[in-house]
Amino acid sequence: MTYKITKKSALKILAAGKRFDSRGMFENRNIEVKFGVSNKAEGSVMVKMGNTQVACGIKMGVSTPYTDHENEGTMMTSMELLPLASPNFEYGQPSIESVESARIIDRGIRESGFIDFKKLCIKEGEKVWSIFVDIAVINDDGNLIDAGSLAALLALLTARKPVYDEKTEKISFGEFTDDALPLNKDKMPVTMTFFKVDDHMLVDPTREEEDVCDGRLTVEISKPGKEEIINAMQKGGEATFSVEEVENIVNEGTKIFKKLNSLIETEVEKFEKEGKKKSKK
Amino acid sequence: MAYTKRFDGRKTDELRETSAKVGVVPNADGSAIFQQGDTIAIAAVYGPKILHPKNQQNPEKGVLRVHYNMLSFSVGERIKPGVSRRSQEISKVTEWALAPVVMLEELPGTVIDVHINILQANAGTRCAGINAAAMALAHAGVPMKEMISAVAIGQMGTTIVSDVTKEEEDYEEDGEKAATDIPIAMLSNSEKITLLQLDGQLPVKKMKEVLEAGRDACKKLHEIQKNALKEYK
Amino acid sequence: MTEKKEKREIVIPGEIIASEEFLPGDWTMKQGKNIISTRLGIVEKSDKLVKVIPLSGVYIPRYGNVVIGEVKDITTAGWVVDVKGPYQAFLPLRECPGFVEVSEMENVYGIGDLLVTKIFNVGRTSVDLTMKSRDRSLNKIREGTIVTVNPHRVPRVIGKEGSMITLIKNATKTNITVGQNGLIWVSGEKVESELAAKKIIEFIVENTTADGLTEKVEKFIKDLEDKK
Repeated sequence: MTYKITKKSALKILAAGKRFDSRGMFENRNIEVKFGVSNKAEGSVMVKMGNTQVACGIKMGVSTPYTDHENEGTMMTSMELLPLASPNFEYGQPSIESVESARIIDRGIRESGFIDFKKLCIKEGEKVWSIFVDIAVINDDGNLIDAGSLAALLALLTARKPVYDEKTEKISFGEFTDDALPLNKDKMPVTMTFFKVDDHMLVDPTREEEDVCDGRLTVEISKPGKEEIINAMQKGGEATFSVEEVENIVNEGTKIFKKLNSLIETEVEKFEKEGKKKSKK
Repeated sequence: MAYTKRFDGRKTDELRETSAKVGVVPNADGSAIFQQGDTIAIAAVYGPKILHPKNQQNPEKGVLRVHYNMLSFSVGERIKPGVSRRSQEISKVTEWALAPVVMLEELPGTVIDVHINILQANAGTRCAGINAAAMALAHAGVPMKEMISAVAIGQMGTTIVSDVTKEEEDYEEDGEKAATDIPIAMLSNSEKITLLQLDGQLPVKKMKEVLEAGRDACKKLHEIQKNALKEYK
Repeated sequence: MTEKKEKREIVIPGEIIASEEFLPGDWTMKQGKNIISTRLGIVEKSDKLVKVIPLSGVYIPRYGNVVIGEVKDITTAGWVVDVKGPYQAFLPLRECPGFVEVSEMENVYGIGDLLVTKIFNVGRTSVDLTMKSRDRSLNKIREGTIVTVNPHRVPRVIGKEGSMITLIKNATKTNITVGQNGLIWVSGEKVESELAAKKIIEFIVENTTADGLTEKVEKFIKDLEDKK
């Protein structure tokens, strides 16, 4: 928990349009990506944003489809705020913070059409692939929704399907094919949360900064064609936003989208190059 | 067919490639990551701190609480997040493995929380968890009389091997399960045993050989823990 | 081998650090014919005594320490204060300077307030605080920024006879009060100067093992100023 007087100082500096660690208002912290944190997962990654650290693993299974989508695979997103990650996290029922974060991340991925769920159908009405996107927070220093979402995208992009025997209807876990997931990469949704304090907006707050913010607006943007599309939004906290503020957020969002989009591209390229090196051995 | 050659080509007393590092969770008072082959455990310690509610406090000595958890994507088939009967049991035996050396009598009324998370599992997760937790406790400045190291010893058919893999855990002879799994934790100085479990069929006369293999392996693991702790800045 | 003199080796719990000819001091114990360390730390030997200076861990309260604590609760007898140690600290009403009515306690020190306070008694599972001081250095903190550091690095932040702290104060034009429990209070005219001091303190804490720390800090300060 951030101390009362530190909050006052943070508020003073943020209200003056400046950051606690002298970053720009719309400047992200340094991002570090490490793939393959669990070789048991179909895809996995550790993402560091400053001192915030999250792991994401993709697991797959085969299940029966929902009756209203008989020819589509399924997806489930979860986010665990591990007590390992912060003295403020506890065991027990998932907190509303973790449930809401997972749902926001889930919606962006679903609504953008990033995953081609029809291609995850094995036998209509009977067998489909299910994708589990599991995010685990390892160290909390703010901005968990964006960190979790970035980890989810990177893990999905680098996941490989496990071997599946259609006759026995069994998955050989631990044996991977070269098949990536059916993704529409051009529809990839990037999540950006804008925090509001007084009349000022900022992104990627540290825990100290986030604790003094009044609220947030999460925007998930993709760019399937020439135009950016908003796939999901969520206002959180008790703050209110003016029409101009929302317009401004969406515009700034497209700029950050560009940066994060190219970061994701670079990291995935690196991953694929290394994968090729390994398979040549 | 006797088990003369290990699946991964190791000698019977050879450990998997092992590495360790402290200070991996900045928010915690102490933390460590421990990798034993394909098994990776990360541990964080919070405390000693005030124990709430007060009626749970022990005025004689501090309380050590261990929480062992496998991340959903650490294994082949996804596991549902949350506490299972298995993780509850492992938490408890891990607590008993660590408590004998933690000088809890110096910390009356307090609690020390140890959170162990398994990132990637290929057998021996409780052992890797104990190795990481012992380092995290030392890193958290908790007073301890000795260090603790742990390893899974196995009997494959009639062969005793150190640091078993999942593949070895499932070893069969003539279509029948022929593997016995024996996780052992041992103290660094007194060489006392603080965790001992067994699943399978071990002839009584083999116990001595198993314990000696355990002692030998724990010595090597202790060196790795020690070196990583000494790199702390 | 001359290097060894300079680099003090880190010892771990259970490690043998001396033979039984030595007397076991802080964070050591006799085990058989040896003396072992019970903490991660650095060994210090004098004539006959061997002790370990811990490098990590939560703050252990000591008599006479000036610390910074957060008011957590108010009872009719006094204030419950979190000083970051393993025990809850208590500030009895009588240790507050001046006469305070029970009904006024909340206005004197409210929940969430931070205090520069002094430990005047350490019991088995309790810590008692006082706000009485001759020089009025013990007080409620009204404004500023709190920097939290590993309490074992506090001596390095202070420096020899306060040299390091003086260096930071002068460079950033701030007032700095260091709590032995690792909470450091920085206050200045502008929050920017507080944040500059925070950066310097964090730099020191990360580089405590470096040789020639003072020169490094001076260079760091210069770089900070140049950036402006």
